[in-house]
Amino acid sequence: MKLPAAIATIAACLAAAIGIQLVRDRAYAERTRETERMLYVRSGSAVRRLTLDFDALAADVYWIRAIQHYGGDRLSRTRQRRYELLQPLLDLTTTLDPHFTIAYRFGAIFLSEPPPGGPGRPDQAIALLNKGIAAQPDKWQYFHDIAFVYYWRLRDLTAAADWFHRAAAQPNAPNWLEPLAAGMLTAGNDRASARMLWTEILKSDEKWLRDSAARSLRQIDALDLIDQLQPYVHKFPPPKGEAYSWDWLVRKRVLKVVPYDGTGTPLDIDPGSGTVTVSKSSPLWPMPSLPSS
Amino acid sequence: MRTISCIALSVFRESVRDRVPYNLVIFAVLLIASSFFIGQLTAGQDVKIIKDLGLAATSVFGLFIAIFIGIGLVSKEVERKSIYALLAKPISRPQLVLGKYAGLVLTLAVNVGVMTIALYAVLAYMTWMTPAAIKTSWDAPGVDPAMLSALFLIFIELTLITAVALFFSTFSTPILSAALTFGLYIVGHFNADLRNFEQVVQSKPVAWLARVLYHILPDLSAFDVKTQVVHGFSVGGGYLALQTAYGAVYITLLLSIATLIFSRRDFK
Repeated sequence: MKLPAAIATIAACLAAAIGIQLVRDRAYAERTRETERMLYVRSGSAVRRLTLDFDALAADVYWIRAIQHYGGDRLSRTRQRRYELLQPLLDLTTTLDPHFTIAYRFGAIFLSEPPPGGPGRPDQAIALLNKGIAAQPDKWQYFHDIAFVYYWRLRDLTAAADWFHRAAAQPNAPNWLEPLAAGMLTAGNDRASARMLWTEILKSDEKWLRDSAARSLRQIDALDLIDQLQPYVHKFPPPKGEAYSWDWLVRKRVLKVVPYDGTGTPLDIDPGSGTVTVSKSSPLWPMPSLPSS
Repeated sequence: MRTISCIALSVFRESVRDRVPYNLVIFAVLLIASSFFIGQLTAGQDVKIIKDLGLAATSVFGLFIAIFIGIGLVSKEVERKSIYALLAKPISRPQLVLGKYAGLVLTLAVNVGVMTIALYAVLAYMTWMTPAAIKTSWDAPGVDPAMLSALFLIFIELTLITAVALFFSTFSTPILSAALTFGLYIVGHFNADLRNFEQVVQSKPVAWLARVLYHILPDLSAFDVKTQVVHGFSVGGGYLALQTAYGAVYITLLLSIATLIFSRRDFK
């Protein structure tokens, strides 16, 4: 066969192969997709044995697959967003390389993301991070991430504060973790524990931490004061047609003076409902609260 | 000694003529290409993956060189009948075996050396390209001298595999030698399981046999410190020294047996 004829034959064969491939992909698209979504071996220890010394490289491959699976389902407009392989892929990745920090941390974010952005499995996210803690017990980041899942996804501020507190106790943990734990307890209304933590932080060598602790303790004081005042406000409502006000309560001799927060700013009272709050003009504003959904 | 070094140099020249260094080009292309594509596929783990890939590729390419050249070192001379011309010269059989082995070790050393330089070059480029804020999240520095300990142990493992291949090639055909060497490589990586076999079986003699096999077969999994190094955990100097000593002793054992078999072999 001469060269031009050979080149023409090669080109024709290649074009035919590409054509057939395109027709097949169009006709059997679902089948291809289902094959892509299969995970033949789910046992991390089995894969570990099969890969001999190359378990870290296999972990990289599974990590890339986990990202592709998550991203593919998240961005897909046609496919049902199932994310059913995400947890097994992350489990395989972290079994093959137990020190794969990003797989634990990003994996937990992916798993805890609510549908349609993720599978909405904070329980699996926490389990994955606990696996990370078992592999590296002094890695403060995993404790921090569990706290984050409790805070954002499960709205359990007491548990979040507990995990932030544990994170702060790990070696090399940053000094902002303890204030975070204390802040969480304040927001979760566990004021006694929060006051205890903030009082400890008040002894810190860092000025910004001491300032933060002092402000937070004033916020807790303000919350306590509001709790004391609120029953009296509702017990002595203003005459019909008049708005709730401090003036009315002082005139009625329920209060001697207008109440102030720890910064000397008067507390606010809602004229319609009588709800007592810290004033928006106060340095204590905004007050700690639950995350918004 | 001079005879051994002459044979070693001729083995090295032959491997260069056989285009063995081509694998270095493949290695370099693989690494450079991966550094560009991996960044698109992973969530900020490109340096870790390049390290894993680089160390694994060094190990795999080296394994192929060790097995496929190692098995032909002696058997090729016998097949070509050039062994008669060689042994007619003032070369003893042990010198021939040791020279052949030293030549392949030299080839491996050059290969591993060049692959190490290529790996460090890509990592230096990645380190230079990455913003400082991202670098703080890395487990270990991009250009980490500690990786040399993993590369060194890979090299020692490869010299051990070469000795295994050479040992089999002194009495077996190339295909069988390749199969046996590869088999021993796999067994060597499962060797650590034999140590704890008594926890799996109840039979004392079987557990005892497993323990004996654990000590007799080469313990190759102990040469693998790739994961530790990539995550920035230190591999102690004591461990490196012990593992090197273990490799040296095992290689000496294999070469002694290979020399013994080859010395008694009848080529008529």
